[in-house]
Amino acid sequence: MSRAAPASSSGTYRALKEKDTEVERVEVELLLEAIFRVYGFDFRSYAYASIKRRLWRRAQAEGVASFSALQERVLHDPTCMDRLMLDLSIQVTSMFRDPSFFLALRRKVVPSLRTYPFIRVWHAGCSSGEEVFSLAMLLKEEGLYARTRIYATDLNETVIKVAKNGIFPLSKMQEYTINYQRAGGLRSFSEYYTARYDGARFDPSLMENVLFSQHNLVTDGSFSEFHLILCRNVMIYFDRNLQNRVLDLFHSSLANFGFLALGRKENLRQTESEPKFIPFVAEEKIFRRADKK
Amino acid sequence: MGFQHELIVVGTSWGGLRALEVLLSTLPADFDRPIAVVQHRRPDSDDTLARVLQRHTKMRVREAEDKEPIVPGRVYIAPADYHLLVDDQSVALSTDPPVRFSRPSIDVLFESAADAFRHRLIGIVLTGRNHDGAIGLSRIKQRGGLTIVQDPASAESPEMPAGAIERACVDRVLALDRIGPFLGQLRQR
Ligand SMILES: C[S@@+](CC[C@H](N)C(=O)[O-])C[C@H]1O[C@@H](n2cnc3c(N)ncnc32)[C@H](O)[C@@H]1O
Repeated sequence: MSRAAPASSSGTYRALKEKDTEVERVEVELLLEAIFRVYGFDFRSYAYASIKRRLWRRAQAEGVASFSALQERVLHDPTCMDRLMLDLSIQVTSMFRDPSFFLALRRKVVPSLRTYPFIRVWHAGCSSGEEVFSLAMLLKEEGLYARTRIYATDLNETVIKVAKNGIFPLSKMQEYTINYQRAGGLRSFSEYYTARYDGARFDPSLMENVLFSQHNLVTDGSFSEFHLILCRNVMIYFDRNLQNRVLDLFHSSLANFGFLALGRKENLRQTESEPKFIPFVAEEKIFRRADKK
Repeated sequence: MGFQHELIVVGTSWGGLRALEVLLSTLPADFDRPIAVVQHRRPDSDDTLARVLQRHTKMRVREAEDKEPIVPGRVYIAPADYHLLVDDQSVALSTDPPVRFSRPSIDVLFESAADAFRHRLIGIVLTGRNHDGAIGLSRIKQRGGLTIVQDPASAESPEMPAGAIERACVDRVLALDRIGPFLGQLRQR
C-alpha cells in the first residue's frame, strides 16, 4: 500500500510544506549562486521546476531537510558536490532513440552531407555516448564515416569516460536492435558488438573518428565550424534565455545551411532564435541554419 | 468570474483513455481553463492519444512541447517517455529517470504544478492500477489547491483513485461523468 511504502518525495518534504514557495525559490537561487561562485559550475539559468526536483532528490539522499542545509553541505564537502553534479547532469539516453529521427537523418540529411569533401559533426550533450555510436554506425553504412569527424561533448566528465569505453548493458540490446531496424539499419545489429560478461562491447572502429571532450554549453564557446550539430534533450533543462544563448552559439558554429537537430519535443517556435533556423524535417526537429543572423 | 483556478492537472493510467474522453466531453462547451494531462502509456507511443481526445472537445489538444506557454483553451498531453512539469507560465519536459516506474509520472506533474500554482490549481486523479498521483495530490492539497478523485466505484481500475483518497486529503470524490459538470459549476460561482 502507498502508506507502507512512502515514496521519494513524501517524508522529508512534509517539513517544508508550510514554507512559502517564495522562500524556497530564494534558497534554490542562493544554492545555485554558491555552487557557481565556489565550484564554477553555472546552473543558474536551468529550468526551475526540474532543477528543483533534482536538488531535492539530492537533499533527501544526503538526509537534509532544506535547500539551505544542502547548501551548507555542498559548500563544505566537495564530495557532496560531486554527487550533486551527477544528479544535475542527468545521463538518461539510448541507442537510436526515436528511430524515425535517425531514419530522417539517413534519408534526408545524408544526401546533403555526401556533397562535402570532409564532414564535421558536433554532438553536444552526448551523455554516455549511445547516440554517438548510433550516428557512427549510420555514417559507416552510408559510406561517409571515413571522411567524418565527430566531436562529442558533454558537461560531465564521468559520462564521457563511460562513452569512451563503448560498453553498454547487454540487457538493452533487444530494445536497441528494434530501434536500429526501425531507423533503417542495413546490417544485423549484433555485428556491431561482442557480448561479454560485463556488457556489450561495441566495435572500436566506430570510435576511430570520434573525439570526446568536456564542454559546457553555458560557459564555453565555439571551437570549429560544423555541418551538423546534434543537441537532443539537453536544452529542455535550460530556461528560455539560456536556450536562446545556446542557439546563438550553434548558429555561429554552423556552416551555411548546416543542420541542427533537436529532441523530438523541443521547438524554436516563438523564440528569439526562430528566424535563425529554417525547418528542414519539421516533425523530426531538424533545422538548417538560415543565412542572416 | 470568481474562478480562482488557473490550471487543471489530470493523472490517469489503466482505463485512462476512456475516462479522459468522458471528462473532456462532459466539460461545458466553452470551457477554457488550461488542462495538463499525464496518461501512462508505452514509451514508444505516438500522438494518437492527443488526436483521439481532440474529437471530444473544442479545446486544442496537443502533446506538450518544451517551454510552451500555458494559455487558456488548451490541453497539454505529456509526451510518451518524458516527464511533464509546469512552471509559472509554461510547461517543461524532462527525461529524468522514471519515478516509481513511470515516465511520464503523475506525481512529477502534480508536485511541480502545486508549487507553481498553489491555490490556483485543481488536481484530478482518475482510473488506474497503481498509486502514482497520490503523493502529488497531497502536495496540491498542502499548497491550497482543490483536489478531486474519481469515485473508485465508477473507475475501470479503482486502485489509483483509492490510493489517492487514502493518502491525500481529497476535497471531492465524484463519479466520472460528474467531474466535468462540477468544473463547469465552479466557473460560474
Ligand atoms: C538527457 S541527456 C541527453 C542525451 C542524449 N543527447 C539523448 O537525447 O539521448 C542530457 C545531457 O546533457 C548534459 N548537459 C547538461 N547541461 C549541460 C551543459 N551546460 N553543457 C553540456 N552538456 C550539458 C548532461 O550531462 C547530459 O548528459
